[in-house]
Amino acid sequence: MSPVQYVRCLGGIVWREALRFLHQRERFIAALVRPLVWLFIFAAGFRSVLGVSIIPPYDTYVLYEVYITPGLIGMIQLFNGMQSSLSMVYDREMGNMRTLLVSPMPRWYLLSCKLLAGVSVSILQVYVFVAIAWFWDVQPPLIGYLTMLPALILSGLMLGALGMLLSSFIKQLENFAGVMNFVIFPMFFASSALYPLWRVQESSLLLYQICAANPFTHAVELIRFALHGQLNLTALAVVAGCTVLFMGLAIYGYDPARGLITRRGAPAAG
Amino acid sequence: MNALSSEVAETPLPEDAAAPALAVQGLSHSFGTRRALEKVSFVIAQGQFTVLLGQNGAGKTTLFSLVTRLYNNRSGSIKVYGYEVRRRPSQALARIGAVFQQRTLDLDLSVGQNLYYHAALHGIARSVAKKRIRAELKRIGMLERIDDKVRRLSGGQLRRVEIARALIHEPRLLLLDEPTVGLDIGSRQGILDHTRSLVLEEGLGVLWATHLIDEVGPGDHVIVLHEGRVLADGEVAKVVRQAGAADIREAFQKLTEAGNE
Repeated sequence: MSPVQYVRCLGGIVWREALRFLHQRERFIAALVRPLVWLFIFAAGFRSVLGVSIIPPYDTYVLYEVYITPGLIGMIQLFNGMQSSLSMVYDREMGNMRTLLVSPMPRWYLLSCKLLAGVSVSILQVYVFVAIAWFWDVQPPLIGYLTMLPALILSGLMLGALGMLLSSFIKQLENFAGVMNFVIFPMFFASSALYPLWRVQESSLLLYQICAANPFTHAVELIRFALHGQLNLTALAVVAGCTVLFMGLAIYGYDPARGLITRRGAPAAG
Repeated sequence: MNALSSEVAETPLPEDAAAPALAVQGLSHSFGTRRALEKVSFVIAQGQFTVLLGQNGAGKTTLFSLVTRLYNNRSGSIKVYGYEVRRRPSQALARIGAVFQQRTLDLDLSVGQNLYYHAALHGIARSVAKKRIRAELKRIGMLERIDDKVRRLSGGQLRRVEIARALIHEPRLLLLDEPTVGLDIGSRQGILDHTRSLVLEEGLGVLWATHLIDEVGPGDHVIVLHEGRVLADGEVAKVVRQAGAADIREAFQKLTEAGNE
């Protein structure tokens, strides 16, 4: 296989994801409404309850809406990552995954293409969200929209890789409810998405440590700093490390020699 | 020797042209404690239509999964035109066209979009893909449906499109796993005839897995698979004679009953 063929393969996978995305407008709207509800209603209600002191990267007091926006961006990517994991389970059940896996391209490459395709969709959703948030007084420096992009790619890859990893474990479609309960909610709430960690520390040290260890916290912080044109090195290191780890495990999960398909992939019919 | 030399070169070797379409040797596979395949060996020549006959649960789908490398074989070897699937998956998979038992087309996309996607997965340029897609759709008489959503096709048409798709990267070995399940008699016959014509016209090696005995033709090569073991392998007449039966139906019955004992 030549490099040109690799590029064509990537192009084809991204193109298909884009087509599917266009056909699932409900999914796009749902993905947009979710964080907007949090921004318009939840944030408005909690604005007076939760005071946010001056913490980096902010150099002044900020509105609660401004504080939770990076968290909501992370939420979009978290849902998207899990949804593409759902789509992989669905694909596998519908047999589409088999179409992908009989390609002569190396399997790690096919999975990476699939991951990148999912991340592109999530980034599109994020930019539509921040554009709407602009009119809701969430107005980061303009350069922030640009510096946020690499952060979004990396955090999208991490969450997508996590979803892919889960998809190699989940056999049944309906288990996505379990993913919601045991992955999405704990990851989202035990993070710095909705409240600064120093506030969490005041109420529970243990919870603080859990939040600080949560990779999603670091994804949110990476986005938060990037949105203000700054780089959070710790967050970058954690997110990059987790991306490599999750992706490695996901490739292992789909590896024809060792992975879970081998052990669990007994066909339904002879 | 064939295996050794074919591993060195990227381009097809002369051996590649002479090698059998599919050679399976001593292949075993289990899921946990359940033995799905037990020392399976057979050879499919180029330009040969082979029926893999077995009841549900005989191990046909496991065999297909191993040949298409959904997972690796741990023992034995699988060679596609001389390329060992486990060691040279890229070369082997490029020569395989597969139609799986489950429907694998994307229902929300059009016929053409599904086929272009497949072409891209094989690294085929769009201009080349366009020609081949049109040619394959024309061959199955569905060129005018190229822009239709797959959801709007009938079961038989879906299968035809899946076969067309499997041929776009010009494979030399076509694998079909129970391709006629759930189809009416007319569609079944149509798909069977179409596949047989591919063997005659293109010289493809075909492995057609089924539990329907009436899909076996007079001159076919038959492999009887039962509970993961090959019970018979050869031309229909030979298999019938060896089983001491009057026809293939009786032969299959005798063989599988003996296999149960």
